[in-house]
Amino acid sequence: MEALLAERHEQIHRTGEQPFTLVCNKDSLAGAVSQRACVFCGSRVVLYPIADALHLVHGPIGCAVYTWDIRGALSSGPELHRLSFSTDLQERDVIFGGEEKLYRALIELIDRHSPKGAFVYSTCIVGIIGDDLEAVCRRVEAEKGIPVIPVQSEGFKGNKRAGYTAACNAMARIIGTGDTAGISPYSINILGDFNLAGEIWMIRAYFERMGVQVVANITGDGRIADLARAHGAALNVVQCSGSTMDLAKIMEERYAIPSIRVSYFGIEDMAQSLYDVADHFGDAEMLAKTRQLVKEELARIVPQLQKYKKALAGKKAAIYVGGSFKAFSLVKAFRLLDMQVVMVGSQTGTEQEYRELAEITDPGTIIVDDANPLELTSFLEEKEVDILVGGVKERPIAYKLGVGFCDHNHERKEALAGFQGMLNFAEEVYSSVMSPVWRFKGRV
Amino acid sequence: MSKNPPNYISTTNACKLCTPLGACLAFKGIEGAVPYLHGSQGCATYMRRYIISHYNEPIDIASSSLSEKNAIYGGGPNLKLGLVNVTRKYNPKLIGIATTCLTETIGDDVGRYLHEFHRETVGTMPIMVRVATPSYNGTHMEGFHAAVTAVVEQLAEGGEVVPGKINLLPGFISPADKRYLSEILDDFGLDATILPDLSDTMDGPATSKYDKIQPGGTPLAAIATMGRASATIEFGRTINDKSGGAVLARKHGVERLVVGTPIGIEESDVFFAALSSLSGRPIPEKHVQERGRLVDSYIDCHKYVFGKKAIIYGEEDLVVALTAFLAEIGVVPVLCASGGKSGKLAAAIRDVTGDILAEQPQVFEGMDFFDISELAETLAPDLLVGHSKGYPLARKLEIPLIRVGFPIHDRMGGQRILHLGYRGTQALFDQVVNAFLAKKQSDSSVGYSYM
Repeated sequence: MEALLAERHEQIHRTGEQPFTLVCNKDSLAGAVSQRACVFCGSRVVLYPIADALHLVHGPIGCAVYTWDIRGALSSGPELHRLSFSTDLQERDVIFGGEEKLYRALIELIDRHSPKGAFVYSTCIVGIIGDDLEAVCRRVEAEKGIPVIPVQSEGFKGNKRAGYTAACNAMARIIGTGDTAGISPYSINILGDFNLAGEIWMIRAYFERMGVQVVANITGDGRIADLARAHGAALNVVQCSGSTMDLAKIMEERYAIPSIRVSYFGIEDMAQSLYDVADHFGDAEMLAKTRQLVKEELARIVPQLQKYKKALAGKKAAIYVGGSFKAFSLVKAFRLLDMQVVMVGSQTGTEQEYRELAEITDPGTIIVDDANPLELTSFLEEKEVDILVGGVKERPIAYKLGVGFCDHNHERKEALAGFQGMLNFAEEVYSSVMSPVWRFKGRV
Repeated sequence: MSKNPPNYISTTNACKLCTPLGACLAFKGIEGAVPYLHGSQGCATYMRRYIISHYNEPIDIASSSLSEKNAIYGGGPNLKLGLVNVTRKYNPKLIGIATTCLTETIGDDVGRYLHEFHRETVGTMPIMVRVATPSYNGTHMEGFHAAVTAVVEQLAEGGEVVPGKINLLPGFISPADKRYLSEILDDFGLDATILPDLSDTMDGPATSKYDKIQPGGTPLAAIATMGRASATIEFGRTINDKSGGAVLARKHGVERLVVGTPIGIEESDVFFAALSSLSGRPIPEKHVQERGRLVDSYIDCHKYVFGKKAIIYGEEDLVVALTAFLAEIGVVPVLCASGGKSGKLAAAIRDVTGDILAEQPQVFEGMDFFDISELAETLAPDLLVGHSKGYPLARKLEIPLIRVGFPIHDRMGGQRILHLGYRGTQALFDQVVNAFLAKKQSDSSVGYSYM
């Protein structure tokens, strides 16, 4: 294939056409126009929704300005996370060092906003000029009496996954510092939901209907004080395993908190997530409540899905998302709509995840790690796809090819998680695939 | 009124973007070009997302995707590998290489790498233009202009003057603006090279197949002849003497005419007069008519805008032009703010408004939206004019925002906003008037359906 560089072959697999092999989690190939971002991006997306923290980006202006209010992560209270703070390093700071500027910026911003904590993100340049973030953060923390946490997120020190780890390490420094009195034995932390379009509120409501207490949202609608006492929860319920699994592991080691992996996307996975939590606690009443909840939600949702199913049956879908966990749920969600998934890819999936995807997808399905625009284009054309699920960077690729699109990335403003989210998802897909505008495709 | 700008250490909600983004956009306006960032992978991806959200068009920006090892030992090998891969995949005519803060700080000598690379790959690679764009120095506009300068510096050739041929360096304008400029230049019978040209590459029609590199952009052949034009017109009262026009004047003796970005009648008149002089033709009747209709509408609507107070923010040259326009319709600019730091903003605004405004507005460079919001509290503005990132302030103040420039992230069609000349001014003027009328109507307890 013309679009494919030789070095990229081992990162692409076709289900059923050969034994499964796929290389992933490697550095993006120079010049390949990867859809990936960087370490900083990974950290920033994970910590971003913590709404009462100051998020200060230590570096030149770009890193901060490109991440200003870009997520649909809602807060029920403070909205400090929606502001973009930067030290805006200038040439002289690069030459003489940025520590003093960082110190003064932190003091200024903490005095102005009275945040409950601060995250200080390191960027490429800071890693090179060697500013001692730890020392500056310690100094400010001592003066201001709030946690001031450096995030080791120099862009070039790995890919987005390394950024997830840096974010988890940063949060781990806050966890364990709060009082855990009064936490129920039936309690959980929600990890890996970012409250896009209010999704975590839906999920929390489900758990509360089951009789489960949610201690900390990590990180959707997150708060520093909740993080500080998160070690008092009995269970970590981890979605988007790429981004917060490291934190669950740390908490298991330090506080012996077990974790389970879940997904809130699609009816099947959403219900299974609730059952898994109920099973973990092994409480008969909770299990009964869970059954009741699922029954009620399905009774509401399933009839409404029929219209979409009828219209969408047999249409072809391609999936290209950040983390491959979401891809599993999407494969199932499309099946529920009687649609056919012909391509699945992600920026940061693991070999195990891709292997499992190869097992659950139909023969001929393309599985791809760290794709780029030309590859995606060639796959969409080859498979004659009706809709691509992805993020903003994938959208114009789909549209230029006359292919429908559903935004399933962190910038979206539509709730796609939970039972209601499945219905919203179906409607999103329907509103793109069934649009009359495609009749003009090929007539231009 | 206080004339002291806010002076904070930290930056909140910046009113500028980073230097390499501007360079990438400028390169994207050249025929067959792929922008390339020598840095870590994130920069390219972030900028693509930011740019796509405005234009709703694909933009592929390649990257050296430097890792920790490369940062320590130098990015040369990755740069070369990246250039080879881009060439194999995209078969570009030109690769526009911009550096980033990472590669500038580790001291990568891109010039030397490229020199070696040219020796190793004689005749097999596309044209490479390089520009130094450390993001700790300047804004996206410095990056944009630096890329334009690099292109003419490295590609324009001298020689005998071609009669009737001129260059137009419009700065960062919309695709709609560029299409209109081409129409104007055609009407004057001028053969103009407009650099860059994003009108097709970032606002292309739907096609039946996917173009690896979108057609359009300033033709390379035309760029080569820029040193043989009779004159270069450059837009922007705050640009400096390192501009593309300055290079063409110095190296090839091409006459350089700097005019303000033509928004409003006064500034458009200057531009049309320059074209008239260069072409030796009177202003074509079509444009005379458009100007006439614009004056007519100014008169029809003058009462609705008179004395209203406006805050204007964004790129410096755009701010100057918009301020000139608002002042001439009777709106009072109270604050002109930019994240840029040319050192020329206040003087440029005085030049275009001095004979209209009794008192100069507050004019500040190096502003962010925290500063602007703070100043706005005491200024009681009726209107904001700028890009989408002023929306939170407009919402807070409950006043209309006229969306202009880049980025337009909360509305569709940012690439089709027409700002320039009589026609663009007409579009802006109608928007401004109607924003005031709509506000008055919706605030009214009566709600008349006529005025």
